[in-house]
Amino acid sequence: MSTTTERVKATLGKRYAREKRFRFYGLASIALSILFLVILLADIIGKGYPAFTSTYIKLDVQLDAQTLGVSADSTPEQLRTANYNTVVQNSLNTLIPGVTERKEKKALKSLVSGDAQYELQRRVMDDPTLIGTNQSVWVLADDDIDTYYKGNIDRTLPEGDRRIKDFQLTWLDKLEADGRIESQFNTIFFTRGDSREPEEAGILSALIGSFYTLLVTLSLSFPIGVAAALYLEEFAPKNNFWVDLIEVNINNLAAVPSIVFGLLGLAVFIQLFGVPRSAPLVGGLVLTLMTLPTIIIAARAALRAVPPSIREGALGIGASKTQTVFQNVLPLAMPGILTGTIIGMAQALGETAPLLMIGMIAFIMDVPSSVTSPSTVLPVQIYLWSDSPERAFTERTSAAIMVLLAFLVSMNLLAVILRKRFERRW
Amino acid sequence: MTEATIDMTTTAVLKANTATSGGREEFAHTISGTIGKPYLDGKDAKFFCRGVNVFYAGEKQAIFDVNMDIGRNEVISMIGPSGCGKSTFLRCLNRMNDTIAGCRVTGDIKLDGEDIHDKEQDPVLLRARVGMVFQKPNPFPKSIYDNVAYGPRLHGLASNRAELDDIVEQSLTKAGLFKEVKDRLQAPGTGLSGGQQQRLCIARTIAVSPEVILMDEPTSALDPIATATIEELIDELRASFTICIVTHSMQQAARISQRTAYFHMGYLVELNDTKTVFTNPQHQLTENYITGRFG
Repeated sequence: MSTTTERVKATLGKRYAREKRFRFYGLASIALSILFLVILLADIIGKGYPAFTSTYIKLDVQLDAQTLGVSADSTPEQLRTANYNTVVQNSLNTLIPGVTERKEKKALKSLVSGDAQYELQRRVMDDPTLIGTNQSVWVLADDDIDTYYKGNIDRTLPEGDRRIKDFQLTWLDKLEADGRIESQFNTIFFTRGDSREPEEAGILSALIGSFYTLLVTLSLSFPIGVAAALYLEEFAPKNNFWVDLIEVNINNLAAVPSIVFGLLGLAVFIQLFGVPRSAPLVGGLVLTLMTLPTIIIAARAALRAVPPSIREGALGIGASKTQTVFQNVLPLAMPGILTGTIIGMAQALGETAPLLMIGMIAFIMDVPSSVTSPSTVLPVQIYLWSDSPERAFTERTSAAIMVLLAFLVSMNLLAVILRKRFERRW
Repeated sequence: MTEATIDMTTTAVLKANTATSGGREEFAHTISGTIGKPYLDGKDAKFFCRGVNVFYAGEKQAIFDVNMDIGRNEVISMIGPSGCGKSTFLRCLNRMNDTIAGCRVTGDIKLDGEDIHDKEQDPVLLRARVGMVFQKPNPFPKSIYDNVAYGPRLHGLASNRAELDDIVEQSLTKAGLFKEVKDRLQAPGTGLSGGQQQRLCIARTIAVSPEVILMDEPTSALDPIATATIEELIDELRASFTICIVTHSMQQAARISQRTAYFHMGYLVELNDTKTVFTNPQHQLTENYITGRFG
């Protein structure tokens, strides 16, 4: 055996051991990441899934014309302002007779949510012929009742330490025995805006707000970012002082704390240009500023990765610079640019700080109808709810995080599909 | 071959060897203009080049005072050791050097009597007249059809789909590729083999009907069989085009070209009929190169 063979053999074991060790480190890091992800998801889902159901109470209501103060031929306006409150109260009094004390009366009324009378209002306005009939209606229970049925209020605690008193528990036991308590899917969460009452609070206004905000961000930052990257990479003179200065500044902008962009948006877009505050338009503008450096840097890297032989090939046939760039270079760089854009958009979707500066932290009940109507966004909604004291908001916070994650996943999925489509064109 | 085995009898060889290892000036005086027949006296030249100098960024000179004519419908090959400037000179002819930042070309280059550096001369139009095939096959990431149709579409050479189909078929046929790909014109051009890709690039170039085709080592990335196909093709294309080919293979230059130019360290040392260059080189540097003493 030659000396080379011997020496190589002597070190082989060490080399393989090093490789094995490295593989193990890699696997361990992946396992650790997955573990944390699982813990995070389990925590969020575990806390959030009860928010997808709500407790309902069945009431037998007498929609008599006298109590309501309306008739079947009343105008919609009269129907809207009719006295549904008393109807709800009467039906509760019938269910739990003999409540006389003022404090207990109040507690009886608060078994059901404030939404109960509006539920009746909606039904009557849909169908005025209901006036004068008796109906069985499932109405939303108060959030404390809901929390109790989700097992978050311990009835073995001393009475002073619980939000539901002993007499309320007796009523609930009676209602449950009568089959008047039921858990139903929480459609309100997906169809309404924010509310001070947890049982009536929904995510839709924040979801639509996020959607509009991202729409503004995407439609501004993508074309501007790609155009800037194309110019800097393909057309700008190389080794030019001003071009280098711009490049350094773009890289710096990517590291500026996002709240600074919020202050800038407040000073420039709202104060100077008079863009409506709290609107997705101004939110989108601010997030565009924040996303642009990410898109520009990614797009430049993608353009740089296109082999120069493609440019030469096109130029050699007599394509102009612009034709070469748009017909040959850009399509090849597109998958990379889309990846960068998606990273930027995902950052924008999760951004809270700059939006606080421009008033998107407002309490918004209505679903925004356009990019200029006041709205909030998912992360801000999560922040607002996590700050609320009611127990029922805790689960809604987690549920909102789940909605945010679902939004993010579907956005990424769309990007993957788009990228695949571009790649399929070779 | 080691230094010791070389029979170094002439000073030129000595000087040349010192030159390859460093000082350009030392060897420069051994070249007094271009030896051979660089000009087509009396005949009408396709390309007319006088006093061409090329500088790269930082004033590094790559080409020194090249004078030559390129005739119509001839294949002229440019040979020389790596870094001798033959590719750089080739790229002057369709102003591809314009795309390199800091690159400067001086001197007179005329195509059919028109100065290609004239302000009126558009590089896009020039490149439509003087096509180029590169060392590495570089088909666009499009279908075979779209690769060939790219140029005609750019320049609006076909007024309808049938005409375009016709151009594509003719170009592919001329490039000797049509039979192989006629059933899969919509397949990606990048999916072809290396030799087929290079022929696709040639088809793409001739689809524009240029007058001159520049080829920068078109077969250096191909196997001998693909190389032979392309060499045959070049010979056939000579009937309709003027072809300038840069090659590292002297056998290839001998097989396909009518005239051969030998470049050395940025100088055009010798330009003559291919037969003369390979059988009776006039300059010591040329002889050394073709006999394999250096390069």
